[in-house]
Formats: sequence, C-alpha cells, structure tokens
Amino acid sequence: MADVIRLREIDRRFPGDPPIEVLRGVELSVPEGDYVAIVGASGSGKSTLLNTLGLLDRPSRGSYELSGIETTSLSDGLRAAVRGSRIGFVFQSFHLMPHRTVEENVMLSELYNRRPRRARRERAEAMLDRVGLGHRRGADPRKLSGGERQRVAIARALMSEPALLLCDEPTGNLDSENTASVLDHFDALHASGITIVVITHDHNVAARAQQVVGMVDGRLVPA
Amino acid sequence: MTRLGNRWSRLRSRRSPDIGVRRARLGVRELLAETLAGVMARPGRTVLTVLGTVLGVAALVATLGISKTAGNQIVQSFDALEATGVVVQPVVADVNGKQVAKVNLPWDVESRLQLNGVRSAGALADVKVANGAVVRRSQARDASGANEASLRTVAVSPGLLDAVRGKVLQGRWFDLGNVERGDRVVVLGAEAARRLGITRLDQRPAIFIGDEVFTVIGIIGELDREQDLENSVLMPYGIAAERFGAGAPTKVVIDTELGAAQLIASQAPIALAPNDPAGVRVGAPPSLSRARSGVETEVNSLFLILGLVTLVVGAIGIANVTLVTVLERVGEIGLRRALGAARRHIAYQFLMESAAMGLLGGVVGASLGIGVITAVSMSRQWTPVLDASIPLGAPVLGTVIGLIAGIYPALRAASMEPVEALRSGM
Repeated sequence: MADVIRLREIDRRFPGDPPIEVLRGVELSVPEGDYVAIVGASGSGKSTLLNTLGLLDRPSRGSYELSGIETTSLSDGLRAAVRGSRIGFVFQSFHLMPHRTVEENVMLSELYNRRPRRARRERAEAMLDRVGLGHRRGADPRKLSGGERQRVAIARALMSEPALLLCDEPTGNLDSENTASVLDHFDALHASGITIVVITHDHNVAARAQQVVGMVDGRLVPA
Repeated sequence: MTRLGNRWSRLRSRRSPDIGVRRARLGVRELLAETLAGVMARPGRTVLTVLGTVLGVAALVATLGISKTAGNQIVQSFDALEATGVVVQPVVADVNGKQVAKVNLPWDVESRLQLNGVRSAGALADVKVANGAVVRRSQARDASGANEASLRTVAVSPGLLDAVRGKVLQGRWFDLGNVERGDRVVVLGAEAARRLGITRLDQRPAIFIGDEVFTVIGIIGELDREQDLENSVLMPYGIAAERFGAGAPTKVVIDTELGAAQLIASQAPIALAPNDPAGVRVGAPPSLSRARSGVETEVNSLFLILGLVTLVVGAIGIANVTLVTVLERVGEIGLRRALGAARRHIAYQFLMESAAMGLLGGVVGASLGIGVITAVSMSRQWTPVLDASIPLGAPVLGTVIGLIAGIYPALRAASMEPVEALRSGM
C-alpha cells in the first residue's frame, strides 16, 4: 500500500544562541489507512513533528512527501492548498469559532477549496451526522460539552475527505468518558480506511493505535 | 515600505508546479459572507469602531449641505432683488463703424413710468469729461495726485436713487429743482467720497471736474443695484447736458413691485420709446450668483477642514480597532491557515471587514449629516439643498477610508505564521 507520509532525514533547527535542534534526522513512513500514535514527553519535539506533518512549519533540512507530493519546496500558497485539501486537523483546544453555529464551524473547512456553499452545507450535515451531532448543528459551540466540541472538530476535519487526519493531543482537555467517546470515533474512522496520526503523551490513547512510535530528544524511537 | 513591499510580494507569490493540487481560492460570495459574519460577531465593537467615520462623514455632509443651503438662501434674496428689477437700454446699431443708439431714451422717466407696479424709476448716462475722468478737490494740481481721483461721472435723473435702492449717507439727494435750474451740484458715491477724502459735508466742499466746479450736496451708498455708482460722481442731467453735452440716457433702471417685473418689462418699451418700442432692449440686472459661490467657499473651507480632520481621526480609529481585532483573532487566523487559507485570503478578509466598517460609517454618517441639514433648515425656515452626489459619494468615501485603514492590520494578519497563530488558541 502506498505511503501517505514519507519523511526523510528531517531536521528542524530554531535560530538562537546556541541554535535549538528540535527534530534530528527524523525518518517516518505511514502507509495509507494506518493509525499511528507518536508518544513523547513534553519538549521531545512531537508538536514540531506534527507542525511539519501538517505543513504548518517547514523543516530546516530533509524531504517530506505527502501522498506522493514533495512538499518542502512548495510555495506558501500551494502548501496552504495542500493543507486545505489533504490534511484534517484535530486540536487539543478544539479551535471552534465563537459567534458561529456548530454547522458554520464545520463549513469553515472547504471554504478555500472552491466548493460551493450549498455543497459545503450538505457535506457539513453529513459529517455532523457521522459524529452523532446532527441534532446540534444550530447550537452555539460554547454551550457544548468538551467531548461534543471535539466531535465538531472531527466533523470539520473530515469535510475535505483528507488523506491524513492529524490529531494533536485530541483528548488533552477531555474527561475519561469523553476521551473514550472520541477514541471510539477514531477507531471507526480507521476502520473506514482513513489514515490517522495522533500525537499524545497519554499511553492509553496511544494504545488504541495500530502502530506506536516514541519520540525522545527530537528522534523517533520504537515505543 | 520595504517591509510592506515584501509582505505584498509574499502575498502575491505564485509558483505553481503541476502537483495535482488546485490553488486555494475564496469566492467573492464566500468572502462577503465571511466579512459580514466577522463584522456582526461583535456588534457593539463595530458600532464604536465606525463612530469616528460616522462623525467625520456626517460633518462633511452637513458642512457641504448647510453651506449650499445658506448660499441658496442668499441667492433667493438676490433672486427677489432680480425679480423686481427691470433695466431698459437702447439697442445699439453699427452705423458706418460707429455705435449709435437706435432710439433716444427720455430723461423724464419718473413721469413716463407712472405705471401700476412701478415703485420707482431713474435714468442715467455716462458723462464724457473733456480732459479725462480726473476729479480734483481744488483747482491747484498736486504733483503727487493726493487730492484727485479718476472717477466715472454720471448724469442721473432724480428717481435713480430709489430705483437702485440706495441710501443717502450724508447730506441730501437731488430734486427736480436742481435739474431744472441747472444747479452746479453733485452727489458722490461712498467710495468716490472716500477716494477724494471728503468725509463731511457741513463745510459744503467743492470738487472740480475738468475745470468746472461743483458743490457736493450728498453722499450715497448701500446700493442694491448698479453698485458701480458708489465709485462715481453723480450730477443732475440738466447741468450735465449744459456743461458736458450729455445726451440721452444710456440706461433706465426700474424698481417694481414683486411679481410685476414681467409686466413692466413688456410695458416699459412703449412708455419710454413709443415711436420705436423695438429700439430698446429690456433685461434683468447682471446676475449676482457670484455672491453665492463666494459664500459657499468661505463656509466650506472652514468646515471642510474640520470634517477632513474628523475623517482622519475616524480612519485612525478603524485602523486601531482592526489592529486590535487582528491581535485578538490570532487563533482564528491560525485556524483558517490550517484549513487551507493562503496569506492573501487572510489579508482580503481583514481588508473587507475594515472596508465594510468604513461603508457602514459612510452610510450612517451621510444619513446623520442629512438629518443635521434638515434640522438646521427647519430651525431657520430655509429650504434644504444638497447635491445628490454627496449622499451617494459619502459611502464610497467611507469605504475608501476603511480600505486604507485596513491595509496595515490586514498585512499584519497575513504575515502571521500559522504555527505561531495556532499556538495562541481561540
């Protein structure tokens, strides 16, 4: 099966005196449909790795192929286009916009992908149904529980039928009941063939993944 | 400027290798919907933000409208003057290269124009003085020219003062006796008296026109018509004909009742030139619309500056609040970037939001300005007058101000790195 992610000798160095090396020679291949957890302590470089995988940050050295597209040499605009069409993000703090309904938050995805508003609305309804929140589409996201908010974020991430679902501490702000609910959704998504990479420091979350990789001092190590 | 230039070039960079990914695009409808949502998210803040622009635009619209209204009001009073004034002049024909009047107007216009609707009438003719138009206070010629002035000398009939609605400032005006006796008397226009240094008449001052001496019996001023006479020496037509060979009047001025001017204009030629009514032309005095533009210019320049200053303050207000909004919405910017927005999409959004606030300020400001004009007009019982282009142009002006104010905040927003922006949370 083709690799969705192929990282080769990725370094990420932040300027300073002395410069800080956050990623050192990272090599990672994630086949299509895989469910990978990257675990590591705070400061191990896992957030920087997620930013690199999500095209939010450029590596200082190395190559990164996403679905066969070499991304390190792409312009800013094209990286944005790849990000919008191939990657779905689920953040620890949900990143839902206040003053917008649940449905409008989900519709925000695909806004920049030339999809007409009506089509976005129909798809948003389908995605909200998929995460079990079809009945809350007109709700104010500030009035939802943490678990519901994260499910809205998952619905938003699924809008563009991404090649890769990137999750940054997705259960970090949730109690155990909501954590279990969100992880159940990840299992279901994995079963439907979506490639998932979860970054977490929680070994219980990592345990649900098909493959677990550790991160120590900017290097990937077998967990 | 270099930093701004760099930001624009980053926004506009277009390298597009064929990788099977279509460049991100934000349609106009989507952009407008996002703008509306952004502006309406915090209505209270939006209202406060546009307040500066509202006041600036309102001040501008009110200024332009009130000055136009006031100018129009002054013109209306001038119009009333024009509506009661009729001027009759002989038609001048070109005979063998010489300008010759087709008819000779009579001097006794006061008796000829005893028509219903005529309040007063008077005739005048320029007097040609043999050795120029120099008028002196004494026979002696002063080399410095201090006691002389070059003044127009005009022969007049006694009714002229009322016909031009002038006032006697000192002394008295001619009567028919002065005309018939051929008295050597003159009346000075106020400006002519000032130029000759004549301020009092109790000593019965004399002036010399050419070599002829005349007693000054009065000074007139505040003329509503024929204001040139204020800078002239006026003498009864009897003595003017006797000493200077003055001929027939060159102009007859008639002051009519309001609304009677048209009637009098049709009757006057027959009354004044019964043998050849077509030999005279009848018209209104020259337009005084210059006065209107003068009034508008003075009122405008003062308040326009005030309005513009307010607008600049309004623009700074929008720029300031938009910048604060950008800083507050860093998390949203990060999210949009994560969802595929290019830098330019972020810039467009914030530009549109500030332009929308400018537009709102323009619309509300124009409405407020029109309200002020109406209120002022009502309190003075004036007719409000406003160029249609002003209320239509005000929203455009507001939008432009909003756009300009939004440039810097929009560039700040667009230049944010998505990682940094996402880190700040929502």
